[in-house]
Amino acid sequence: MNTPLRRLSVLILVMFFALMGAATWVQFFQASSLNADSRNVRTLYRDYGRDRGPIVVDGEPIAASEPVDDPFGYQRVYTDGPLYAPVTGWYGLYQLTGIERAAHTVLNGTDDSLLLSRIRTLFTGAEQGGGTVELTIDPAAQQAAWDALDGRRGAAVALDPETGAILAMVSRPSYDPNVLAGHSSAEVNEAYTELLEDEGDPLFNRTIGGNLYAPGSTFKLIDVAMLLETGEYEPETEIEAPTEYLLPGTQDTMLRNPGGGPCGGETVTLEYAVQESCNTPFAMLAVEHGDDALRAQAEAFGFGEPLAVPMDVTPSQFPADPDPAQTAMSAIGQFDVRATPLQMAMVSAAVANDGRLMRPYLIATERGPDLQVTSRTEPEELAQPISASTAATMTDLMVNVVANGTGAPGQISGVDVAGKTGTAETGSEEDFAPDAWFTAFAPAEDPQVVVAVVVEDGGAFGDEGTGASVAAPVARQIIQAVLDE
Amino acid sequence: MATVAPSRIRTGRAAEVWLFLLALALGIGGYALVGLNTGEALPENFGPYALTLVATAVVLHLVVRWRARHADPLLLPLALALNGIGLAMIHRIDIGLAARGQDAGFGPRQLIWTILGVTLAVLVIVVIRDHRILRRYTFTAMVAGIILLVLPMVPGLGSTINGARLWIQLGPYSFQPAELAKILLAIFFAGYLVTNRDVLTLAGPKVLGLQLPRLRDLGPLVVAWAACIGVLVVERDLGTSLLFFGLFVAMVYVATERASWIVIGLLMFAAGAVLAVSLFPHVADRFDIWLNALDPEIYNREFGGSGQVVRGLFGLALGGLMGTGWGEGFPHLVSYANSDFIVAALGEELGLTGLIAILMVYLVLAQRGIRMAIGVRDGFGKLLASGLAFTIAFQCFVVVGGVTRLIPLTGLTMPFMAAGGSSLVANWIVIGLLVRISDSSRRPAAEGRGEVVSADTAMIALSALSEEEPNDDGPRARNRSAPARVAGSAETDEDGRTEPLDRFGPDDQDDDPGTQHTEVVDRP
Repeated sequence: MNTPLRRLSVLILVMFFALMGAATWVQFFQASSLNADSRNVRTLYRDYGRDRGPIVVDGEPIAASEPVDDPFGYQRVYTDGPLYAPVTGWYGLYQLTGIERAAHTVLNGTDDSLLLSRIRTLFTGAEQGGGTVELTIDPAAQQAAWDALDGRRGAAVALDPETGAILAMVSRPSYDPNVLAGHSSAEVNEAYTELLEDEGDPLFNRTIGGNLYAPGSTFKLIDVAMLLETGEYEPETEIEAPTEYLLPGTQDTMLRNPGGGPCGGETVTLEYAVQESCNTPFAMLAVEHGDDALRAQAEAFGFGEPLAVPMDVTPSQFPADPDPAQTAMSAIGQFDVRATPLQMAMVSAAVANDGRLMRPYLIATERGPDLQVTSRTEPEELAQPISASTAATMTDLMVNVVANGTGAPGQISGVDVAGKTGTAETGSEEDFAPDAWFTAFAPAEDPQVVVAVVVEDGGAFGDEGTGASVAAPVARQIIQAVLDE
Repeated sequence: MATVAPSRIRTGRAAEVWLFLLALALGIGGYALVGLNTGEALPENFGPYALTLVATAVVLHLVVRWRARHADPLLLPLALALNGIGLAMIHRIDIGLAARGQDAGFGPRQLIWTILGVTLAVLVIVVIRDHRILRRYTFTAMVAGIILLVLPMVPGLGSTINGARLWIQLGPYSFQPAELAKILLAIFFAGYLVTNRDVLTLAGPKVLGLQLPRLRDLGPLVVAWAACIGVLVVERDLGTSLLFFGLFVAMVYVATERASWIVIGLLMFAAGAVLAVSLFPHVADRFDIWLNALDPEIYNREFGGSGQVVRGLFGLALGGLMGTGWGEGFPHLVSYANSDFIVAALGEELGLTGLIAILMVYLVLAQRGIRMAIGVRDGFGKLLASGLAFTIAFQCFVVVGGVTRLIPLTGLTMPFMAAGGSSLVANWIVIGLLVRISDSSRRPAAEGRGEVVSADTAMIALSALSEEEPNDDGPRARNRSAPARVAGSAETDEDGRTEPLDRFGPDDQDDDPGTQHTEVVDRP
């Protein structure tokens, strides 16, 4: 019986080799893909036991981990949670969002840039702490935008046009990330479900998130850029401005100016058309130049392009194949044109920065646990959508809008503000109140801050609300806050 | 021819002491680390716990010195190491479960079961002075085994847990009788096969080159086989039936030395598997989970989904090469982390390195079992030792293979580690039996007389032997009234036979001679 016994022992050996092979396959070769699986909550759980680094605004932590006496060891705490929620996101048991997600490896100390410090802790035996992430947010601008949007649904973004640094990112209504960062999954789930079901969609980051807005008349900045870039137009160029424009290819669909009346006369200067935000001249010129030219200009400003700040920004859209009537509607920011507030701020920022569009970013510096800077964001040019002279001309046109036109509520004494209003009809049957837009930068001669503001459903003014009456004052308060420093 | 100078036979008892110390270090160290890493203090019952394990080792060692001096020194330390690591991990999962507000407290229960299991192993070693006694109970073992198997079907006694009717409920205690049936059936198979191996090997028709046994010789085997299939069908326990099947095929193969049995076995298995997949949705689910575990649709399925398997894989992946460390992982996120999925928990916290080390312990344990089967001189002992050793290996294969997705998942316990009293107690009894068999396997024939042969002489004697076809020893063995006289055992001497060479007489030809110690005297 010894021969079969020896064979049996070989069989046992083979069985165990197979097991070791299978274990190696799972634990070594498959490990990284399994660890990256979105259903795998272990990696999150593991981080809960770590001293996660803080998220810092202007030297003050807005998110930090505090030691607590529970199995996880640390609790994430958000100071001014709702104010910064669109930026920080939350660090939850099952989910990360915002900067918590985008800078996760830095905050938990596993990023490649922290390798040296990890090696050091290996020798010192100290616990590897997380890195620090410093944001570009200007707390004064953030607070001003927050206060100005109080009680309304809307969003505001502020940028430094010269660098692309994001100075404010506010979305209302907001939520408290602290309730989503709790350690009791039952409580977190309840809070999360409640927020998900809230009609105000507090979890949306309206500045960059999935819900896009029709940009309304602020889109005319792109029309103007396109026209000026052809070299055939100047502010004084006379253009047709009828009271009504029969949309090409339709029987009786008339496009009218805001308020329905004439817009200065049968022909007006380009400057006047921008100043009063006439609809018919831009619709007609868009049809004349074609949707391709308009789309190309929009894309030069970043429409359709994926962008990360480092959170993913939903790309703004210009319709792919509009007929002439749709092109006319698109030119005034209606039909299927959709944009994020950040995108409209980028349009203004390019104008403010001599035609050069800088890449927007939120993270200024990253530091290791020892506070050594491990990464510093260098401003980077994203594109040059318009020439410097076009930018200069557009600046003049936008200054005129605030000084003499629809943007008057955005005026600040002693400062030249350049801006553009927008009032976008949302189109739904029972919801006639338009979304109010305003995008601006100041001071016009040396721009320090660019803002884009959207207030949903006309704010408190209902269907009487316009970009000028609702959104421009918000933008003014943000600009004021930055300039006052 | 040179005569090798008489040398003192090494019993390995000193090595066993050191191995016991290592085993204790693993178990007690793991337990301490769990406490230090989860609560920054030693577990509150650390003292009693450590003392219990130390006392266990001391008792086992003394008993072996007393009653099984020549036993394999590896068996008990290996089993104790596995048991200790299992206890530490069960305690660690208790902490995780308690933190999530779930039922915990498996650790203390497992410690009590450990004490009971070790006590039974000691009893086996002390009471069963010679493993061949068990052969007398061949058919008693079969009947008892089958009764145990069907016990869960008795209304009011059996209870269904997770769809499998495997347990019997006695007051607050539940017991899985199949674990004990495993040992009884191994005894039955060994006794039956050693008696009937010639008939099974030679008689019967030949079909397609395969030597088929006669139907009447198959009778008792068919009964046992049917009982195992009954377990699968009625009790819905894939694991146990697979285990019995593996045990059965392996032992028949060892007994008959005929590959045809493996072919027949595999064909029967394939037929059974196909039938099971088509008849039972829960078996089909297992296959589905095995093949497409990561598929979201299967993962999210409410019943019969792959969630448990995939969460186990996530745990293994988090462990990676070096593991998270005792108490630093999240093994409790997997359901049944302390029983069916304790391997995933170990892989998570001890890493691939730790898991492979543990597998090596099992491998060594199983291989020592086979080694003693080769060494022991009676066919019954060979079959029993190899059957029991194979059970341990096969159980590991089925469990670890299921968790790592090498094979479909079937519910079986990891010997010595998984939480659960029946499994632990049964496996300690297995170790007790192996200790007993290894004692006679390793006991030198001429102990105390200093008669040791030269290797050359032994070879001559051996080659002379192998030319003779062994006879059936079954009936004769059963008719022995005197204590069985077996080559090389202490009884040989008491038998009054002074010529060790006599042991190569016809009485002993049923088996291959032992290879571990050659006990032929070199006669000039």
